[in-house]
Parts: sequence; C-alpha cells; structure tokens
Amino acid sequence: MSEFIYLTFDGLSRGLVYAAFALALVLIWRAARIVNFAQGAMAVAAVYVAYSVTNATGSYWLGFVVALLAGLVLGVTVERVVMRFVDHSSPLNGVVVALGLVLIIQGTLGIIYGNEYLPVETPFSRDAFEVGGVAMLSRYDLFVIAAVGTVVVLLTLLFTRTAVGLRMRAAAFAPDVSRLLGVSVGGMLTLGWALAAGVGSLAGMLVVPTELGVHPTAMDVVFISAFAAAVVGGLDSPIGAVVGGLVVGLLLSYVSGYIDVTVAPMAVLALLVVVLLGRPGGLFSSSKARVA
Amino acid sequence: MSGALLQVEGLTAGYGAAPVLHDVDLAVQPGEIVAVLGANGAGKTTLLRTLSGLVRSSQGRVLLDGEDLAGTKVEHLVRRGIAHVPEGRGVVTELTVDENLRLGGLWRRDRADAKKALDEVYELFPPLAQRRTFAGHQLSGGERQMLALGRALVARPRLLLLDEPSLGLAPKVTRHIMTLLRDLRERTGLAVLLVEQNVRSALSIADEGVVLSLGRVVVRNKAEVLRDDADLRHAYLGF
Amino acid sequence: MTAIEARPATSTKTMPGAPRRRRVHPAIVIVVGAVLVVALTYVLPPFRNYQLATVGAYFCVTAGLTVLTGLNGQLSLGHGALMATGAYTLALSQNKWENLPLSFALAVLVTTAVGAVIGLAAARLRGPYLAGLTLAVAIVVPSVTSTFDETFNSDQGLSVMLNPPPEQYPMEQWQAWLCWAAALIVVLLLALLVRGRFGRDLRAVRDDETAAKLAGINIARTQVLAFVVSAACAGVAGALFAYLAQSVSPGAFPLTLSLFLLMAIVIGGLGSLFGALWGALLLVVLPTLSQSVGEHAGSQRLEGNLALIVFGVVLVVVMLAAPGGLASIPSRISRLIRRNR
Repeated sequence: MSEFIYLTFDGLSRGLVYAAFALALVLIWRAARIVNFAQGAMAVAAVYVAYSVTNATGSYWLGFVVALLAGLVLGVTVERVVMRFVDHSSPLNGVVVALGLVLIIQGTLGIIYGNEYLPVETPFSRDAFEVGGVAMLSRYDLFVIAAVGTVVVLLTLLFTRTAVGLRMRAAAFAPDVSRLLGVSVGGMLTLGWALAAGVGSLAGMLVVPTELGVHPTAMDVVFISAFAAAVVGGLDSPIGAVVGGLVVGLLLSYVSGYIDVTVAPMAVLALLVVVLLGRPGGLFSSSKARVA
Repeated sequence: MSGALLQVEGLTAGYGAAPVLHDVDLAVQPGEIVAVLGANGAGKTTLLRTLSGLVRSSQGRVLLDGEDLAGTKVEHLVRRGIAHVPEGRGVVTELTVDENLRLGGLWRRDRADAKKALDEVYELFPPLAQRRTFAGHQLSGGERQMLALGRALVARPRLLLLDEPSLGLAPKVTRHIMTLLRDLRERTGLAVLLVEQNVRSALSIADEGVVLSLGRVVVRNKAEVLRDDADLRHAYLGF
Repeated sequence: MTAIEARPATSTKTMPGAPRRRRVHPAIVIVVGAVLVVALTYVLPPFRNYQLATVGAYFCVTAGLTVLTGLNGQLSLGHGALMATGAYTLALSQNKWENLPLSFALAVLVTTAVGAVIGLAAARLRGPYLAGLTLAVAIVVPSVTSTFDETFNSDQGLSVMLNPPPEQYPMEQWQAWLCWAAALIVVLLLALLVRGRFGRDLRAVRDDETAAKLAGINIARTQVLAFVVSAACAGVAGALFAYLAQSVSPGAFPLTLSLFLLMAIVIGGLGSLFGALWGALLLVVLPTLSQSVGEHAGSQRLEGNLALIVFGVVLVVVMLAAPGGLASIPSRISRLIRRNR
C-alpha cells in the first residue's frame, strides 16, 4: 500500500511535467494546426542554455529564467524563420519540416556540448518526505507542482481574461474574420509559438534533472509521452492535455514501479495505440476521426 | 467625384490566372448607401474581399479619402474606418456573444469609448444583450447577423462593407436590418457598401445602385431610377 | 532511366490521345544496373566497395519508403525500427542455425509481420497522428532490447556469425554483390508492382480518398498493403545492415536513422524510385563528407553531428523550396522546355 501511495504521488508529479509539455503541443496545434515534432529538441536546447548559464554563474535560478527566455526566443525564431513559410496544403509538410529542425537542433547541440549525458542539478532535494513511514512527495515534487500549476493558471487567465488571449483564440478559430477586425493574425501566431516553446522549456527544465541528465536526445521519450498525453486529451483541449499528462504520468509510474523501468516506453506506445484506435477523438474532443 | 470616401478605379482582381473582376469603377460618398447588385457569381463578394485586401488586385486603385490603400494591411483597415462584415456573417462561433463584440473594439486606444460603443450595440440589439454568454454556434441566423453587424459597429466605422446581410433570413428580420442601416446612416453619417442578392430590399434603402455582371459594372445609377426601370430589372436583376 | 520512375510527372496528366513517352521495361534497367555495379566493384578499392554495399542496403529501404510515403502519402518514422527488427531477426537466426538464406527469409518475414501490425493501425490514422505513432515506434523499439536483455543483450547488442565468402572474392566485393543483388531485386519487384493496378490505387488513395473510394478502391486494404510492402523492404535493408556490420545493437537504429530515411526520400522527390537511389547515395556520401570535414578540423564532435545538421538543413530547405523534392526538378525543367517549344 505504501508503495502504491508513493508511486501515485510520483506519477502525479511526473504527470504534471507531461501535462505542461502536452500543453505546449496543444497551444501550437490550436494556433497553427501543426503538431510541433521539434518541441522536444527545442526544449533540450533551452535546458542546455540553462546548463551553461548555471555553470558560469553558479546560480540555478538565473539559468532557469534564462532557459525560459531562450525558449520564447527559439519559438519566435522557428515560427518567423521557418514555419511561416511552410506550405500547409498537406499536413505532412509541417511534420517533415519540424523533423528537419530536430536534426538541426540536435546536431548543433551535439557539436557544442558533445553527445554524452551532462549532470544537471535540481534546486531542491528529491528525497521524499515521509508521513507515518510512507514516502510521499519530495521538495522537488512540490516545486514541480507549483511551477506547472502557476503556468496553467497564468495560461488560463491569459486566454480567458485578457484582450491578447481573446485575440489569440479568435485568430486561431477564424483568421480571416480576425484580420478584418484588426487582429494581427501573424503576430498572434508568433506569440503562440513563443508561449508554447516557453512552456516546453519549462517542462524540459523540470524533467531533465529527474532522469539521466541533459543530452541532445534527452527529450525524445518525453516527447512521445507528452504526445500521448495530448492525444489522450484530444490535441484541441488544454484541460484534456493536463488530464492526459496526469494519466500518462501515473501509468508510467505504476509500470516502472510494479513491472520494470524499461517497460515504461512500451506502455506509452501501448496507450497511444489504444487511444488512437479505440477512442479517436480523445477524451475531451468532439471530432470523430483522426483526420487532421 | 472629389471628396468621395471610397473611390475605386479600374479594379481588376481574382483568385487564379483568370480575373473575377474587370475594370470596376465605383465611389461611395460620406453618409451614402451604395448597393452592389448582381446575380450569383457576378463578383460581388470578390469585390468586397478585394476592397479589404483579402483578395489581391492585379490592376486599379482603391482610394480611401483620396489615399491609395495599396500596401495597407488587412488588419489595419479597421483603424482607417472600414468595417467589413463578410458573407456567412463571420461570427466566430467558438467565442461567446460578448467576446465577439469585444473583439470588434480591441484595436481601439480609447477604451472608454470602446466600452460605450459596446453598450450601444447591446441597446441596439436587445436579443444579443440577453445572450451575452452564449457561444456563437448557439445563436439563430438572425442573431448571428445582428452579432456580426453589431461587432462591426463597435469599431465606429465610417464605411461599412456589408456582404449579403439578408442571406437565409426571414423577410421580417431583413426588413429590420435594412431599417436599422438607414437609421444609422441618418444618426451617425455611416456610409455603406451593401452587397445584396435581395435587390428589392437593398434598393429600398440605397442612394445609388451598381449592377455587376460577370465581373463588370454594367449599370451605375440612382437607386430610385433602378427601382423604376423595368427593362433593367428584367435584364440583370431578375424581378 | 525513366522506366523505374514510379511517378513520371507527366503520366497522370497525359491526355487520352496524347503521345505517351516510350518506357523501357524495368527489367532492362535492372540488368544494366547490375552490370554497372559488378563492373564498379572490380574498380573500386575495398572500402569504397563496402560503401557501395551500404548504398545498396539503404536503397532497399528508401525504395520501399518511397512507395509508402511518396506514392501512398503515409508518413512513417518507424522504418528505422523496422530495419532493427530485420537486423535482430537475422542475428538471432544466424547465431542459432548459421544458414544465411534462411536467416534472410526469416528477417523479411518477421519484419513484414510487424509491418502488417503497424500498417493496420496506420490505415486508420492520418497526418500528424500517424507520424506521432510511428515516431513512438521508432523511439520505443530500441528500448525493447533492454527489457528482454537475455535475448537481445541490451545496449551491447549481438554479434552475427557469418561464414566467410568464397576465397577468390574479397570480402567487400562479395558484400557489395550481395547487397546490390538484394537491392535490384527489391526495386525490380517494386517497379513492377507500382506500374500496374496497385500503383494506380496507391496514387488514387494518396490524391483523394473520397474519390478513390467512389472508384471502388478499398482504401484500408491499399494502405495496409503499402505498409506491408515497404516494411518487407525495410526488413531486407535491416538484414543487410546486420550482415554488413556483422553485429547489431540498438545504437545502430536511433530515431535519427528514421529521420535520415525521411530526408533521403524527400530529396529523392517523394515518389520516384530513381530518386530513392539518389537518397540512398546521399545517406552514405553526406556522413562520409562531414566525417572527413570533422577529421580535418580535428573535432570528434563535428564528425558525427555535422551530418545531422546538413541533413536537417537540406530537409527544411527542400521542403520550403521544392515540395516535390530535388528529383522533381528535372521533370519541371523538361516541362518548361516542352512548353516553350
């Protein structure tokens, strides 16, 4: 029982990170109808930036902030320089271009930092508190919960309470009408990419220290997990992304705890197959088919 | 023709290699209602879409207050006083009534007046005031038309480009909207370029009529002349 | 060489009555190709022969992927994983029975079966969903080797027991012959396949599913078949890789392999088997070039990673500039010339 409790908390904490990453995917999907397959590589790039800044200054928090900023900048760059010029008549084009970006980013990082795992520190201890002999949450888990919770709240406020959020939603739903109403649709798209990449960087910053360390391909499996989370939630739904993230986090935690860590990726694949084939619309979407 | 609010000269435009509009001339004076009439496929919608820059013109000029609009971005037109209510009404169905209306005034610096304009629209269209939190897709056709029109008015435009406001609406609702346009013109000096298939109701409020056929202007005349010219009505307007 | 071009730019647009381009039978092209390759192997030094063999192995998988993605419009990022399936099957079978033909047959069979499973799922998915699922396959499959490490020996992988080639032939020459024999057979079969009704069905489904359905084409069946065919090709390629390297390990089949394959067929023009050959060639030439640049600069990091960047840049630039891929450029030029006559 105590193991179950521990795994549940661990799963929820992990799940929040996947939720944040899935949220980043959903943000871009809603704005541009592109699944950003380069999201993982972009997040890793931001983590490397944090690694350099932290090593140079000795301050985790400075690295953390710079990483988020780097994410924003990278998002703007990718949208302005590349994605804006993709021909969207076939959904394959955006996917292929994003995969090309994966190669470019991973290759560049490999040249700068080398292809070995570099250790990344955590700002808080990862030892779990014990309550009545049962391990529950660590300080780091609390930090993860606070960070992702803040992002979710801020994004919700942005989209529901602010003029910019209203513009972004309108631009995504009805670009031509929005332009006639004075909304700079291109600008909203760029902003969407920036936000998504910023959230993706945060997810990267949170997840990388809990695994082997930072490596050009460190986010590959995380990307798949987050993609599964977004698909579970139905790609169009931010709430779905959060719930999907928690589902995937719990699944991975239980599978790693009760079976074996190496089985976890297969569990994600299985979940993806089951959801894609069994419940095509995701849990939170009304669309009937997986036709993008 | 000097002093025209909107002046269109020799406009040629289309989607592919073959233009839909050929050498179109027209003008709208401040406070004037001009009806653009014609059969299906005459190029009426394309004309409006070209005026607001959604379709690129290959030749000709569009002047607003005598100033060429070429190079003005679509999203900046509303700042210049042009509001375009597209065909099919263009209500963002995923957003609520209130959000749709606020969207119309977001670009304005004068927040207080934007708020005032919003309240005026709710006064003008009481059904909308009752459905503030309804999503666009929950509205009836008439309510959507009111919403689209109201959203354009929030911008306090000088020129309204209105595409088929009567499409799919009951005659009573259409009459209501036409009356409203006339009142607005009287009260605020709003100029309207009105694209309509419903010729009778369009000419009932218009000062001038422009008849398009296969992308060309075939007739330009006073509305009352068009109303009374039986031959013309038979030839181009089908009633 | 137009004979093995799976999608000549004009063929779909040829009016009924307009003169058709003369086509050479694929078999003739293949025979010419075989003669060329054999002649080459006598001229090239051993290391170049080994590279030639690798081109042949890549050609198998790029040709198969061209049929799937180019002709049928299904994007697969899982072909690296399918190659791994073929490679491991060959290794396991070879280490047990030491019978190369049998091992090859098994490798193709097992990969085809796995491809059929993925294909069944793929036929129900479109665009980014299909890409995401196959991406998951590409990332997850290597981790299987750690889960069942008693069979697959984790990251270290397996070595492959092989009998030496007949004494009168150098090892590398023999490898080149074997790989190219396989590649030419695969390409011949594919060319014959896509010439006929199946090829028409593939393209019809890619261009417009609704229209294809109305024309009586079974969409799902066509898509699954396309996946199965291209998986079999990946199986051959994987088996050849195991044979060439005399070992298999998960590190040889990373996600980047799948992305490289994608780049190869995009550059090859997404739809022409002849373009697939150019893609296969680039897969060998570009890493070699970037490696020598890295060695020249004395940087080990550059050696492996420069190729990634080059591939990535090429992929992005080609997609932005010429969605038909580089191989579409010749047909574009010829179209221009014809128009100006």
